[in-house]
Amino acid sequence: MRLFRHELKSELLLYVRSRELAFFTFLFPIILFVLLGSSYGNDRIKSEGNVRGANFLEAGMIGYGAISIAFAGLAIVLVLRRESGVLKRLRATPLPAPAYIVALLSSFLAAFAVEVLAIVVLGRLLFSIGAPDRIGSLVLILLLGAVSFAGLGIGLTALIRSAEGASAVVNAIYLPMAFISGAFFSSHSFPAFLRWIAAALPLTYFLRIVRGVMLHGHEIWMYPGSLAMIAAWGVLGVVLAIRGFRWEPVEAG
Amino acid sequence: MSAISVRGLRKSYGALEAVRGVDFEVQVGEVFGLLGPNGAGKTTTVEILEGYRKRDAGEVEVLGVDPARAGGAWRDRIGVVLQSSAMYQTLSVTEHLRLFAGYYSKPRPVDEVVELVGLGQKRDELVRRLSGGQRRRLDLGLALVGDPELIFLDEPTTGFDPHARRQAWETLRSLRSLGKTIVLTTHYLDEADRLCDRVAVLREGEIVAAGPPSQLSATLPATEIRYRENGREVVLETDAPTRVLNELTAKALAENRELEGLVVTRPTLEDVYLQLTGGEIDEEVG
Repeated sequence: MRLFRHELKSELLLYVRSRELAFFTFLFPIILFVLLGSSYGNDRIKSEGNVRGANFLEAGMIGYGAISIAFAGLAIVLVLRRESGVLKRLRATPLPAPAYIVALLSSFLAAFAVEVLAIVVLGRLLFSIGAPDRIGSLVLILLLGAVSFAGLGIGLTALIRSAEGASAVVNAIYLPMAFISGAFFSSHSFPAFLRWIAAALPLTYFLRIVRGVMLHGHEIWMYPGSLAMIAAWGVLGVVLAIRGFRWEPVEAG
Repeated sequence: MSAISVRGLRKSYGALEAVRGVDFEVQVGEVFGLLGPNGAGKTTTVEILEGYRKRDAGEVEVLGVDPARAGGAWRDRIGVVLQSSAMYQTLSVTEHLRLFAGYYSKPRPVDEVVELVGLGQKRDELVRRLSGGQRRRLDLGLALVGDPELIFLDEPTTGFDPHARRQAWETLRSLRSLGKTIVLTTHYLDEADRLCDRVAVLREGEIVAAGPPSQLSATLPATEIRYRENGREVVLETDAPTRVLNELTAKALAENRELEGLVVTRPTLEDVYLQLTGGEIDEEVG
């Protein structure tokens, strides 16, 4: 437990220090929220039950933030640490592997929590969006989603073979996923094949619940099917992670 | 008392037999060197001792524990410098040392370690602004900050300039005087010669010679005597240098002439190494 607390503190410091990562995975969703919100924040979206654009987008950017931080950011950091040999070096210390993984995960969850707060506060200040009222359901779905995306992110590292490939592979997955799942725009106007793809993606279901909770005052248990999809993807990630996780750089054999 | 005991150690990667039946002991407080060209099995052997790799056969005990089954309490007593330095680029020297100090039950004071590895001037510098040699010294500091009983160093001075190497040697000597056990791999023979109490020379996964460096060089019989006569270089190899030298000098004195450029050399560890490993000294910078 002492080691876990020490590692968590260190991981938070490392997160704050990593400027490039912090910009792309942490600030980008906030910047997009302000930009897109300024462009269509006051429109009404008919296909989404006539909700205000800014409210729709706020939930979308929280979803985008979740995959950006917990999936993309975590996967990139893990691959960079693995390929640079940092993970191998850590294995020689008394720090237990579970304490390390949980501390790393917790630091990214903390970053995501700050992200959600920033988006909600900005939504209030810039676009006069009311504070969410179903706090319990909101916290639960955000936590479930972030942990599930983190599981997928860790699982994905097993498929990335070099530090150079990390950003490319991760971006090629999560940016289209955010778009197709409807984080930026309502997916109702998308062509059918995009909606079929969307129906398989975990972010689609995460956004469905987050929007239900934030825009319509629903509770999390009203979406058992969506919850199952998110959990199933998370389990897939964890299985991949357990089967393929490496502490040593790929090249070292 | 032995800190490390290795019996019949074997390890293959696919068809490649990297380590083919290696035996050795390292005593507590000893500096032990594993010598050999690249691909001789040095790193594989050390990484099995560090608990990174599983062996195929043989018995290994490190501080009384099988490294393949060792846990945190065992790692608490061990310091490791891997062949390539890996660290967080965005932390300063002292932040890095503090981070690693937190992993150990009885760490050395960070300030002490900073001085020990000669990074006092760079204590607040970020790792990404350090030179290669400075990173290597910080790496050594990270291995020492837990105050380990046993330290593994895989090519600790590869790529150092001569001045930095001497500094690193001083640090390692001071560790020995603290009673630490040190296992190092190197392909620098002068390093092994100056630092190690005993060395084992590995070639193609087998130990081809072992013992104190001075004793190893004694296994080559010939002492070499060189001088110039009428502008020609004369080289004599002999097992009886005293007699040969006596005859040479007596003759020169009788003829009232000087043995120009007279040099008498014992075979060095390098000569032994070259003979044992088939003439390869690699200059590769790892």
